[in-house]
Amino acid sequence: MLAVQGSPDGGGSIPGRRVVITGIGVIAPCGTGADEFWSGLLGPAPTGPRRVEHLDATGLYGPKDIRRVDRFTQFAAVAAAEAVKDAGAIDADPDRVGVVMGTGIGGLETFEAQMHVLIEKGERRVSPFLVPMMMGNRAAADVSMRHGFRGPCEATVTACAAGTHSIANAARLVATGRCDVAVGGSAEAAITPLGVAGFSNMTALSSSGISRPFDVRRDGFVIGEGGGALVLEERERAQARGAHIYAEVLGAANTADAYDVVAPAPEGRGAVACMLQALADAQLRPEDVTHINAHGTSTPLNDEAEATAVVTVFGAPGPALTSIKGITGHSLAASGSLEAVALALTYEHGLIPPTAGLEELDPKVEIDVVRDGPRPWTPGPAMSNSFGFGGHNGALVFGPA
Amino acid sequence: MDNAEAFDKFKECAVEVLQVAPEQVTPEARFADDLDADSLDLVELVMALEEKFDINVDESELEGVETIAQAFDLVTSKL
Repeated sequence: MLAVQGSPDGGGSIPGRRVVITGIGVIAPCGTGADEFWSGLLGPAPTGPRRVEHLDATGLYGPKDIRRVDRFTQFAAVAAAEAVKDAGAIDADPDRVGVVMGTGIGGLETFEAQMHVLIEKGERRVSPFLVPMMMGNRAAADVSMRHGFRGPCEATVTACAAGTHSIANAARLVATGRCDVAVGGSAEAAITPLGVAGFSNMTALSSSGISRPFDVRRDGFVIGEGGGALVLEERERAQARGAHIYAEVLGAANTADAYDVVAPAPEGRGAVACMLQALADAQLRPEDVTHINAHGTSTPLNDEAEATAVVTVFGAPGPALTSIKGITGHSLAASGSLEAVALALTYEHGLIPPTAGLEELDPKVEIDVVRDGPRPWTPGPAMSNSFGFGGHNGALVFGPA
Repeated sequence: MDNAEAFDKFKECAVEVLQVAPEQVTPEARFADDLDADSLDLVELVMALEEKFDINVDESELEGVETIAQAFDLVTSKL
């Protein structure tokens, strides 16, 4: 990962400090905690909205406080607590530990509940905790306060690219030397009447309730929720303290389509530019990449544009590609973090989870989609993509520890 | 509504909003020291009390309210 980017041909670039993943945490509809999550990714696909049925943050909050944190913040707190615990004795200067926790919407459930209070009972009944529950930076603040991390603490808000962007931004804090450790992740809890109505009326949601990325019959995404977090650490210190290293963050890119607020640019041009930028940041060639964890939402537009972009960058069929959204559904801003955790676990297990729900590959798609069962994989450089409304593109490149 | 009845209703609100045990809600109990309640907790408690007792309490009236007894007196003065 570059600390300073030189000219477009790479001249004058200055490599950054090497950044490794030493902790992972996740709460998703298919499981809470890395082990359960991984088993879920290899299991059968459910249908319908993917809710997290067993959120229990009572171990993190007192009985009074837990009523004053929105569900999205609880997701972030659970994921980050697991990641920090998993990383072990970080023992870093708290002023040099950063937090970047993204979200797409923030505390939507709180907003809706308090809107009802306002209409039914009047303004004097609106909770004094509305603002700190709803604000999109609350998850980041919560993680910083809980663990005493006093470095940069921010929320990246780029819709469905926010998880990938947050991890990229957190990794860069370490690569550039501002931080020695940073927590990067995201959370979303938008399966509410208002959220579902909004996505449904823009015809983004699957009417069949089946998430089937790259399938010829795909008809939209199935809404999900959850949170994920990575502990990103400067490599030498991680090695010196004997930390378990899942993978290295070799590169990242954040770009914009500058085209349309919801539709991807034709032929996935924005995605192409982003993937090329991420490869340049990682100082790799396309042929070095052996696996892609795709955005693969199961919407007609995304999957076609992404597949086209992958072929443009990597050639056909390109690296073994999977989308875990057949299992997780599309957890919006949480998806990039869920997928980064999935990719970290892919290194751990040497196994690529299959694209669940995919039965008949779209003939317009020329890529190598992992399907039917997990595929053994010899860890090499791998990419994780996310694309968000607003034309936001994000790509991460990981490499073996 | 007699005083004991009113205090029971008051206590219900305090237990619910402040998440404390009923026996902690005594007239002498101090919001900050004994009940771990800050100023926003107090605002939320007053909202619950306004609804329960069908009264209106102006924010300025909360100034100097530090104990359960003071808050309870403020409520009963409105009944």
